[in-house]
Amino acid sequence: MSFKYAYYTGCAAKGVCPELHQSTLAVARALGIELVELKSASCCGAGVIGELEYETQLAMNARNLALAERMGTDMLTVCGTCQGVLSRANHDLKGDDLRGRINEVISDSGGPYGGTIQPKHLLWVLIQDYGIKRLEERIKNPLTGLRVGPFYGCYILRPSEYLGFDDPYNPKSLEQVIRALGAQPVDYSGRTKCCGFPIVLEQESSAMRMVGTNLLEAMDKGADCLVTPCPLCHMNLDIYQGRAEKEMDRKIGLPILHLPQLVGLALGIEPRELGLEKNMVDTGRLLELASRGGVRV
Amino acid sequence: MRIEIEIERSCPGEGQAARFQSFHVEVPRHATVLDTLMAVKNQEDGSVTFRRSCRSAICGSCAMRINGRSGLACDTQVEGELRRHGKLRIQPLAHMPVVRDLAVEIDPFWARVRAVQPWVERPREAEPSWPVEQETRMPQSAAEEMDDTSKCIMCMSCFSACEVAEVDTRFLGPAALAKAYRFVADPRDTNTQNRLATLNGGGGYWDCTRCNQCVEACPKDVKPMEAIVHLRREAIRAGFTGTIGSRHITDFLSIVRQEGRLNEGRMPMQMKGFNPFKLLPVLPLAWRMWRKGKLPLPWHWPIPGVSQVRRIMDRKGGARRKSFVVGKGDLK
Ligand code: FES
Repeated sequence: MSFKYAYYTGCAAKGVCPELHQSTLAVARALGIELVELKSASCCGAGVIGELEYETQLAMNARNLALAERMGTDMLTVCGTCQGVLSRANHDLKGDDLRGRINEVISDSGGPYGGTIQPKHLLWVLIQDYGIKRLEERIKNPLTGLRVGPFYGCYILRPSEYLGFDDPYNPKSLEQVIRALGAQPVDYSGRTKCCGFPIVLEQESSAMRMVGTNLLEAMDKGADCLVTPCPLCHMNLDIYQGRAEKEMDRKIGLPILHLPQLVGLALGIEPRELGLEKNMVDTGRLLELASRGGVRV
Repeated sequence: MRIEIEIERSCPGEGQAARFQSFHVEVPRHATVLDTLMAVKNQEDGSVTFRRSCRSAICGSCAMRINGRSGLACDTQVEGELRRHGKLRIQPLAHMPVVRDLAVEIDPFWARVRAVQPWVERPREAEPSWPVEQETRMPQSAAEEMDDTSKCIMCMSCFSACEVAEVDTRFLGPAALAKAYRFVADPRDTNTQNRLATLNGGGGYWDCTRCNQCVEACPKDVKPMEAIVHLRREAIRAGFTGTIGSRHITDFLSIVRQEGRLNEGRMPMQMKGFNPFKLLPVLPLAWRMWRKGKLPLPWHWPIPGVSQVRRIMDRKGGARRKSFVVGKGDLK
């Protein structure tokens, strides 16, 4: 069986989270998934452009989806936010009327889009297309004993009307993958909550309280690290973790991994190849713990 | 079927801290959570306290947290909950003080709704020439624009689900802001500028993280978060462009227009202005990011095909929707 996707990197993987791009490519190679990068794809608008001009955002995504459609494959995303926006756009563009109108807008700018493909997050691809069994067969370095807290992020879960993969109140997909890698998922209420990133510039202390509350809850439930399918959550939980520590007046130091970084470790890929040294919160102790098979000393 | 229901019970006024109590009751397969609570009250313990009236998702009084989800007890079937979660665990709504068991203090919620002046402001003297029989006429499209937010039954589920309300007690919350939009969108209302100005500050529409919890929780499909987004759009269109929130949107647009892609290395600089003093606080973080190889350069090469993206963004009419709010002058 062959797996081929039009790879939509999103902005973060090409900017502030190069380790996400790097680890995605490494994992795809190890799993035999062919990724063709959509180099001329634009920003999805992140819902931000849509706040002011929804149809502009829709047209930009019709163009992005059309790029993948012309390749004849589904689109693979690695960002929960991109996935949320693209799922919603694809849902809206299924209606012939609106698609027709948007196709007029992009007629000389990369259109038309026929509405025939699906944007799919790597997390969904691993479960739905690739299959958990096949993934398990490729595990070289099971993450035995590692306690991993899933952090879904909002846009891969809500509004479920447009996403429809996981139950927004009781999602299972990250847990499934964590178990397949040999690790143990940590159950905590923050797993489906908001990281606060969209208001980090407007209301930093609110955003930091969100980060702090979620991280401390996961830590108190025994998490050794968190894994997230969204680089924007990653930014807030990882880059801003120091500020959250100040806001909560408590040391946290919880490593935050991108989904492909965690998968890559279990596939036996070198940490450097997964860009783990680029994570702001040090991952050294986590790697040690993983190498000892989760045995705590 | 015989089921177990766990109810969080407390009475802060009498110094009783919250604890879970389990009851086993016999209910029909199609029973709702409210049916189950009434069975508990009638058969097991008459002191179990909760609000309810209509039993048909109209009055909004039976909202509570059901397996962590805020929603109406009379609108939620037990069987589905057991299938989804394997248990039935009931708690009072969040972010409001508990009176007893599942009944919460509703005044803080209503104070927020009142704060947005949920009525049409239209001084009679302002329109002396208007015949009375025409006073309340409006175009169909305007009525449709208010449709979602008019469906609200004030059940407080969205406020309980709101993630900002959890960390910021000033936040007006989804229901109140959705109500505000309902009157901003109302072509009869003459108070739009004031409404937008009042909510432009702390606690208003810029404080929402767009987490979609309210959209997911709302039993009436009001989509409060989308109403908040509409308020932001109307604020920018009305010229309220000085806030960080509005700069976030307009600067985002302009960076994507230039590079085809968002550049997070440039966003804070662009938003705070290229002012070394304002940028000073972000420097230590920027330095640590740079050492980790994570700091994007402030300018990138545009993506291939950026001209197509610019064409889309510049297109008037088609892609640019002028305003969701029907012009206030449309009535004349
Ligand atoms: S009892 Fe009226 S809404 Fe549930």
